[in-house]
Amino acid sequence: MSRKGRPKGECRSAQHAGSPVTRAGWIRLGVVALCVAALEVACRLRWIDPVSVIPPSRMALGAWSLLASGEYSQDILLTLENVAMAFGIALVLGFAGGVLLHRMPRLRRAADPLLASYYAVPTFIFYPLFIVLFGLNRWPLVAIGVLFAMVAMALNTLNGFERVPAALHKTARVMGLSPVQETFLVTLPACAPYIFTGVKLAVVYAFIAVIAGEFVLSGAGFGFKIAFAYNNFDNPTMYGLMLLLLLAVGFVNWALTAWERRLHERSAGGCP
Amino acid sequence: MPHLAAPPDAEATAGAGRLAARLAGVSRVYAGTGRQPPVHALGPLDLELSQGEFFAVVGPSGCGKSTLLDVLAGLSPPTSGTVEFEGRPVTDRVPEGVGVVFQDDASFHWLTVRDNAAFGLRRQGVSEREIAERVDHAITFMGLKAFAAAYPAQLSGGMRQRLCIARTLVLRPRLLLLDEPFGALDQQTRLLMGDEVLRLWRDTGATVLLITHALDEATMLADRVGVMSARPGHFIDVVTTGWPRERDSTIVARPEFGEVTARLWLHLRAESMKAMSMTA
Repeated sequence: MSRKGRPKGECRSAQHAGSPVTRAGWIRLGVVALCVAALEVACRLRWIDPVSVIPPSRMALGAWSLLASGEYSQDILLTLENVAMAFGIALVLGFAGGVLLHRMPRLRRAADPLLASYYAVPTFIFYPLFIVLFGLNRWPLVAIGVLFAMVAMALNTLNGFERVPAALHKTARVMGLSPVQETFLVTLPACAPYIFTGVKLAVVYAFIAVIAGEFVLSGAGFGFKIAFAYNNFDNPTMYGLMLLLLLAVGFVNWALTAWERRLHERSAGGCP
Repeated sequence: MPHLAAPPDAEATAGAGRLAARLAGVSRVYAGTGRQPPVHALGPLDLELSQGEFFAVVGPSGCGKSTLLDVLAGLSPPTSGTVEFEGRPVTDRVPEGVGVVFQDDASFHWLTVRDNAAFGLRRQGVSEREIAERVDHAITFMGLKAFAAAYPAQLSGGMRQRLCIARTLVLRPRLLLLDEPFGALDQQTRLLMGDEVLRLWRDTGATVLLITHALDEATMLADRVGVMSARPGHFIDVVTTGWPRERDSTIVARPEFGEVTARLWLHLRAESMKAMSMTA
């Protein structure tokens, strides 16, 4: 074996380390661009009823006008605040729940069936209950977001803690680490990729719950404004808002996925 | 009755005569959980390791080899008996001077090769200059110098095991415990890793206890090989190989190599059949 260069077959190269966009990524972008172009042509040639769907170029124009006018800034801000609060609370509660389930096997055995069927429960039915509890303000929506995001965070935290190999815990003891040092220097870094998957899902679920809640249950916010524009046949505003939302969520998801991939590339297993 | 005391022949080992570790009447019983009855995993068992000796342990699956290592390292307390390292009792903490390399990959995937190797030294508060020197020496010694900035996921299984050995090596252990460190590697890599472990053993003068299921590996590497019985494991024979201290993997070509390995297998065959009938 040569020790100067990387011996053939001995090293696993991190294929994505150098380039931010992979070949598959370019293909995906190409497919999306093709679909957008096809929709543009279909709308321009009136193959699709322009009353129902407007061309993507007009959607983009509508989105830009909305941003430039500042008319919807308050609603966008309100939604982002609600998502951030739901995400933050879900993060803390979900992480604590995951650690608790890991530390208390009996509690976990009792909670297992509930956790397995959790996402079968339509969380939005609790909205009236939350209005009774929190009043007619933003908190019922935040609570819906927390309920939606929290369990994904807890399950991924639990998964992460369970995947830390016993050899790492033993190594920590061999190196004379205290339990606190072991937690912060070995256990948490070891399960970070899985916890981060929980963080990513919590962001996505918080967005879904808050926007969907605003769409049907609220009197303000991004989701409400989309529903309002829809009810008033205001297509440029509706599609403009939808495009803005898709771009924002898409960007957040892309950034988190890229970060998550980097974390998983460093661990031996790759992306789960 | 197997010869369990450290060998009196001073030529075979670097610091023969002085005891590195001693186990006396050690047994380990794991408490039952729920409907599972308690498991008597080990012993009672006696063992003496001379300073600078290379001792290998072979035995059937589930005979308590890894439990023996855990007890000796202070990772698991014995149910009865006493464990000593350099004359001091080993209780529920890993004594200073003891290093362990496990079969499973125990490299820290979030740290580079260099930071992995430096991890233990940083915890000990060693100066950065000394850390750099010792880490450089260890990763060069283990052939990882070119990969100092790489992450473990970018290394092969053999290289990751070498990294774990390097991380242990920088702490300058006087007793090195190896728990089937080459178990997941192919035969050629295992032979080459064996050469590196022999080089490490000679250069550092450490006492080495190797747990392995590979008889040829035990024969090639060790001064003495302890053969364990089926569970609860105790030594049924201790075979002295008689190899010179300066040796490498080419020793497998010697006629005596086959004789020692055959002797180990004769003992182990009966015990393995017993172990299989226990699990059937």
